[in-house]
Amino acid sequence: MTTTTPTIPAAGTPTRPPRTASSAARESLSGRWASAAAIVIAILWTLPTFGLFVSSFRPEAEVKTNGWWNVITDPQFTLDSYRQVISGADVDLATYLINSVVITIPSVLIPISLAVMSAYAFAWIPFRGRDTLFVAVFALQIVPIQVTMIPLLRLYVDPPFNLMPLAGNDAPGGGFYTVWLSHTIFALPLAIFLLHNFMREIPGELIESARVDGAGHVQIFSRIMLPLMTPAIAAFGIFQFLWVWNDLLVALVFAGGNPSVSPLTVRLAALAGQRGEDWHLLSAGAFVSLVVPLVVFLSLQRYFVRGLLAGSVKG
Amino acid sequence: MTSTDKLVQMAFAVVLFFAVMGVILLLTTRLRSRSGERIQAAAFIAPSMLLIAVGLLYPAARTIYQSFFGSAYQPLLGGDGANFAGLDNYRRIFTNDDLLQVLQNTAVWVVLTPLLATGIGLVYAVLIDRSRFEKFAKALIFLPMAISLVGASIIWKFVYDYKDKEQGQLGVLNGLLKEAGFDTYRFLLTEPWNTLFLIVIIVWVQAGFAMTILSAAIKAIPDDIVEAARLDGVNGLKLFRYITVPSIRPSLIVVLTTISITTLKVFDIVRTATGGQFGTSVLAYEFYVQSFRSFDFGLGAALATLIFVLVTPIVVYNIRQMRRLEAR
Repeated sequence: MTTTTPTIPAAGTPTRPPRTASSAARESLSGRWASAAAIVIAILWTLPTFGLFVSSFRPEAEVKTNGWWNVITDPQFTLDSYRQVISGADVDLATYLINSVVITIPSVLIPISLAVMSAYAFAWIPFRGRDTLFVAVFALQIVPIQVTMIPLLRLYVDPPFNLMPLAGNDAPGGGFYTVWLSHTIFALPLAIFLLHNFMREIPGELIESARVDGAGHVQIFSRIMLPLMTPAIAAFGIFQFLWVWNDLLVALVFAGGNPSVSPLTVRLAALAGQRGEDWHLLSAGAFVSLVVPLVVFLSLQRYFVRGLLAGSVKG
Repeated sequence: MTSTDKLVQMAFAVVLFFAVMGVILLLTTRLRSRSGERIQAAAFIAPSMLLIAVGLLYPAARTIYQSFFGSAYQPLLGGDGANFAGLDNYRRIFTNDDLLQVLQNTAVWVVLTPLLATGIGLVYAVLIDRSRFEKFAKALIFLPMAISLVGASIIWKFVYDYKDKEQGQLGVLNGLLKEAGFDTYRFLLTEPWNTLFLIVIIVWVQAGFAMTILSAAIKAIPDDIVEAARLDGVNGLKLFRYITVPSIRPSLIVVLTTISITTLKVFDIVRTATGGQFGTSVLAYEFYVQSFRSFDFGLGAALATLIFVLVTPIVVYNIRQMRRLEAR
């Protein structure tokens, strides 16, 4: 391009009114106050975590006798607390960390798979009563999990029709099935609803043309839908992951205080009750439980925000 | 069980699940006819519907039914004592002094938490909007959402830690009080203010949620509206009050209601921070105590039903607002 277009002031752009000195001053003042307020909030939100984080690296004797802010004048750091909580026989968080992993992976994979299939049927396979059934599932989001716990637990312990009990001493899978199943059940209404919404956004012509080409629902589902749904699945997956990993209530009720199936949260809550003064253990323990969700959260934040914006009320 | 056993069990469960799903998909692949389509739909939704019916619908109905029975009902110990008690369990909730305090605490939680979390989230979202460090500033407030409520409670118990004034202070707040020359304060033990200090924990967690949703809403306000208002000389607080807030009203309502729903069901904080002592119990925690500590299943069922009853109108309203938001 050799010709340069002369720059004409665009007619449409509004010209700012002349600034008076007072209005400029007012703006800059509010700007400064605004920044100060934002910084205060940011500090208030970060300081509690930071304090515990610093404490987790201080020697036990220091943690127990003076505040963490004393590291400024007297920096002493050690990994002893972490060693003690992870491999020490009395705390033994490593075992509970494994339990958390074992609980979380199926509790995320299973409900998502079930929900994607249901959502597909609700969105793209016409059948009688479809809308009524979908509204019913959707409405079940109002059920708080507390309402379901005792009868559900009873079904696990003493199922009808001579089915195998899923809880108790000789439960299959060491007792993990009750926890997996419960998390799956509680996740389904929201998962089906969210994934259905995402699925409806996919243009119908895409499905129609695939059908004309002779593809069945199973092919459409696995070849077209699943790849297109990856971001939505990721969004709900992070939700469900954080929910299960951080859950205390379901674990307490359905793992029944059995240490061989209890997750980190149960152990930490017990520590906070029994050894409330052992801040070196509590601080290191809390950070052991935080690392995994923080990493997942930070690396997949984009999808998480997307999920949040799509609506997320969970039982 | 050793750790390897557990991992093997997990792998087994996952493989089993996907094998069953794979078989369902394979069996229905060939179906093309109209009736075949009906079978396919059934195969796709049946597993979820079965789980929902058995795991949500039936138990919920059963709990509501059991809330009208007395303490001879022992579902977990095998006794199905059918001592119908009418509204006795509910009468207890509304007459017993301890339970009345639980109700009162719950009311304070449900009113204060959404207001504080939304207020702080909104102010923060406005303050950092289009600033240079917006992303980083957001992440700071956002992070507590990844932390379990147990972890959050431990973090704040440390902030609130109490030691006698003569001793070295571990908690930041009492450290500050001591520096300023005041007596140290038992944040978690002193009634009735301890409930407020527990609420701070949930506000700390939920403000990030409010900020995220509201920040997105603020960015969606059309530029020309803001520009026009500025031309009319509307600035600062007035812009916030007359332009920003009305424009994001639907999002504000969704955030407020979503947080109050969450708050009604939170039990981890009370359990970890105070164990429900010192007059801090709330409905969701009391349900747990009555059901699994006192084994008073009738009362537990009544408390759970009460949560259900309280949460239902908020959820309905919340969903209607969300629909309206989506329709725009």
